[in-house]
Amino acid sequence: MRVEAVPELKVKIGLEVHCQLTDLKSKLFCSCSADYRGSEPNTHICPVCMGLPGTLPVLNRKAVEDAIMIALALNMKVSSRTLFYRKNYFYPDMPKNFQISQYDRAGGVPIAKDGYVTLDGGRKIRISRLQLEEDPGKLVYEGTIETSRATLVDYNRAGVALAEIVTEPDITSPREARIFLQKLRSILEHLGVSSGELEGSMRCDANISIEGGTRVEVKNISSFKEVERALNFEMTRQRNLLRKGLRVGRETRHWDELRRVTVTLRVKEEEEDYRYFPEPDLVPILISEEDVERLRASMPELPDSRKRRLMEQYGISMQNAEVLTDNKALAEFFEACAANYGRPDLLSNWIVGDLLSYLYDMGLELRETKLTPGHMVGMLRLIDDGTISGKIGKEVLKEIIITGEAPENIVKARGLVRISDREYLERLTERVFEENPKAVSDALKDEKAIRFLVGQLMKLTDGKADPQLANILVTNRLKALAGKG
Amino acid sequence: MSGRIITSEEVRRLAWLSKIKISKNEERRYLEEMGEILEYFKMLDEVNTEGVEPTYHVIELVNVTREDVAQQTSSNSLLEIVPVMKGRYVKAPRII
Amino acid sequence: MPGILELPASEIVRRVKLQEISVEEYIGECFERIRTVDPKIHAFLTLTEDDAMVRAREIDIRTRRGEKVGSLAGVAVAVKDNICTMGVRTTCASKMLERFVPTYDATVIERLKAQDAVIVGKTNMDEFAMGSSTEQSAFGPTLNPYDLERVPGGSSGGSAASVASFEATVSLGSDTGGSARCPASFCGVVGLKPTYGLVSRYGLIAFANSLEQISPIGRRVADVATVMDCISGHDSRDSTSVKTGPTSLRSHLIEDVSGIRVGVPKELFGEGTDEVVSKSVWDALKRLEGLGATCEEVSLKSLKYALASYYIISMSEASSNLARYDGLRYGFRLEDEDWDWSEAFSRNRREGFGPEVKRRIMLGTYALSAGYYNQYYLKAQKVRTLIRQELSRVFKVFNILASPTMPILPFKLGEKLRDPLEMYMCDFDTVTANLAGIPAISIPCSTYRGLPIGIQFMAPPFREDLLIRVSYTLEKSLRLDLRPAV
Repeated sequence: MRVEAVPELKVKIGLEVHCQLTDLKSKLFCSCSADYRGSEPNTHICPVCMGLPGTLPVLNRKAVEDAIMIALALNMKVSSRTLFYRKNYFYPDMPKNFQISQYDRAGGVPIAKDGYVTLDGGRKIRISRLQLEEDPGKLVYEGTIETSRATLVDYNRAGVALAEIVTEPDITSPREARIFLQKLRSILEHLGVSSGELEGSMRCDANISIEGGTRVEVKNISSFKEVERALNFEMTRQRNLLRKGLRVGRETRHWDELRRVTVTLRVKEEEEDYRYFPEPDLVPILISEEDVERLRASMPELPDSRKRRLMEQYGISMQNAEVLTDNKALAEFFEACAANYGRPDLLSNWIVGDLLSYLYDMGLELRETKLTPGHMVGMLRLIDDGTISGKIGKEVLKEIIITGEAPENIVKARGLVRISDREYLERLTERVFEENPKAVSDALKDEKAIRFLVGQLMKLTDGKADPQLANILVTNRLKALAGKG
Repeated sequence: MSGRIITSEEVRRLAWLSKIKISKNEERRYLEEMGEILEYFKMLDEVNTEGVEPTYHVIELVNVTREDVAQQTSSNSLLEIVPVMKGRYVKAPRII
Repeated sequence: MPGILELPASEIVRRVKLQEISVEEYIGECFERIRTVDPKIHAFLTLTEDDAMVRAREIDIRTRRGEKVGSLAGVAVAVKDNICTMGVRTTCASKMLERFVPTYDATVIERLKAQDAVIVGKTNMDEFAMGSSTEQSAFGPTLNPYDLERVPGGSSGGSAASVASFEATVSLGSDTGGSARCPASFCGVVGLKPTYGLVSRYGLIAFANSLEQISPIGRRVADVATVMDCISGHDSRDSTSVKTGPTSLRSHLIEDVSGIRVGVPKELFGEGTDEVVSKSVWDALKRLEGLGATCEEVSLKSLKYALASYYIISMSEASSNLARYDGLRYGFRLEDEDWDWSEAFSRNRREGFGPEVKRRIMLGTYALSAGYYNQYYLKAQKVRTLIRQELSRVFKVFNILASPTMPILPFKLGEKLRDPLEMYMCDFDTVTANLAGIPAISIPCSTYRGLPIGIQFMAPPFREDLLIRVSYTLEKSLRLDLRPAV
């Protein structure tokens, strides 16, 4: 087998994202409550979404309006006439064994086409179509999908409204895929139509090919984190095949989250044929220019506009503004803090730098913590007025995230008040010098070694000593010794 | 010969697509019956339908929608008619 | 047989309101009649005697108290078993739904109940409404009350036979390609397929959604008008339901056809039409001319393709509508043993569906599949457009169209079961109205050796009034008093 040196081939990734319209109170075609999370299985069901014989779908008007707003936010052309189609296939999670969806071939026109999303930095990812469709139910296995002897079906989710957003294969790396998805999520959250935080509210399938090669579909990606991992794995797998001179097979692969690999789905005897045809039980939807303009006028502020406004209004850096507007909750948190704090640039650094990294480390979303804007501002003020050092501030922040205690209380309870008592520190400095004679003689020779002594002093005070003062005291004492010497 | 217009392989595929198990005998019978019926359908080939729009709906209705209002339903009565359940789940055969 | 059973619906209501008859007695008589006759004709699959008697007594109490009762107070209604009735088994004459009990009423049932009609039972049909003879029921055929060796027509055979034999006063059938008109013709009763969208389909177990309508059946045109006025009108649960109120067809029970121009499509009298049938229909048309109408032959070339177009479209829609029957959420379910879901579904559906249903599902799947969609489904829908266009043009010249309802006399049991296509041909005269969504009615126009023959009228959309007027006039003129020997 020849192993060829292959230059880094370009990667083409397309995404098919399914976003639940979580702002809707009812499902897409029936009046069941769509707020099913946390409910017992099969409690949000009715004859229509269970597909009982004789039942008929009736379209949720607000779903159409949401879809039009999404289309506008993604710079798409809204269709003036759109139809629903049946996508026919059997599966245990499908109450009717067909899905009411939309189609973009054979005369089918989805609700919007041909738009784009601009990523921070200017790259445009084209969006080929947006369509409305119903979510299937959920399957639960006893064990894994392979070992489960039965499948348990919960139809609570069946019939919930989905917006399917399909990109052109413009995405050039797994990382860019994740960035795109974050941006998309932020846009949808700012629109108020979909809350990406809710479990399962945004799911995607990916198509990936190494330039010149076959397209592989990757399904079963459950979250944005998994997207990057799955695509990285798949990209590597394909590159390896090509390096060995082997061909990449055109297929559908399944992302196994636990083992972190993509696997070929069991080779089916037959290929599916969805036999799309227009849904006879639903009539066409006509969308006028007036409808579109009315909705456009009522649209909330979108991430890109908000980014520009934050930069202008608060004078923060573009980089910070981009990160903040990547997530609606974060942007709102920032603005709520900034309303009561006079140094937004500093605030933004704290949020973008420290807060986000702590959240990432703890695996938490902002809304899952007990941190309030009041706490954040309070903590910053304690630094500003010298009560605590910046370093201590980080500790306090971590604690607020977990406990939700007010910063003043934490500082008091843990005795974190910055020690600026000179006399007290001088005594401690003496002690440090006594306990570390070698370090002292080192420091007398080499100025840089002073750091160790300062560090010891800080250690003695549990980091609470005023670092500047500590520095001064150690330096002075050394000078004094040197002078004596 | 009706075998020409549709093949055995196609009949088997249709049985798979529509999830209806058929025996070899039935396959032969379907082949013949469907062949005859499809032959009859061929008469539509003689109709000139160029430029003609299909009729998907015979009524002129458009934009039939409902307000986004959630209504309570008694899910329990629906579960009573489910053939096999496990707890509150509908029990289906294994996937693989 | 008591005369009370022969009364038209409006007369029952009138006497009930005046307390001249008790609903309890009348409904009791119905069930007596059913017990006598049904073992011979098998029109019913399920009887709802207990519920019916409870309702009957309750209506009597209200009338005695001087309280208001509905426009169908006390009337005995038989309901085709593909229309959902809450708490009452609804089988579609299929093993697949043999034990299915809906948790909701169809909209038409709600409306009937709201007007104090009394449902006496669910009637036999061809399985999932696929058939023209009611021989394709999983629970045995219904027999023609006029000749127990012949079919009653289908797929609403039970509904027509029950009304013809005085088991019920009126019934509800459904009509996808002639399924109410065909048995009406074979059983010597009146069947009306409304304009598409006029009667809610919510609760009608779907066979072919773009073609079908729930259809009232009665012994007289007036009864059909009475039922229509109750069940028709907008329903927000059916997105294809037109936004009008209920009809007032009773106000069109007028004997006057002067000036009505009747078109008679040559293509519906073509080869395959019995001479006897053809003559009967023309005799009726001549009678109409004598009453002031004009009848003129017209050629509608597109009608030749109506049957093929109809079958392709209906089978395609059916293949999708019947996909839901997999045994998971309701209906027939085999013991799972150790099959995977695909194998389990396939075995369930193999057992649960009869041969005609399976045949149509397979053909429908074919017509929609990749590679064939354009040639079959799409083509059929385009031909449908041409048919609608041609009808539209012809309705500018004529007020209504007339033809035989069925090209042949009621045939013998088993006669057309060997060749599916032969059975399909029976629908030749009726499918046009479904394709175009226009209203059509069948009324008896004569008999031949005791076997009823029906004449069909078709009108432009929402012109049921014309159909009622013309058929009422003809009915009054003919003075047929059809009475099966059973």
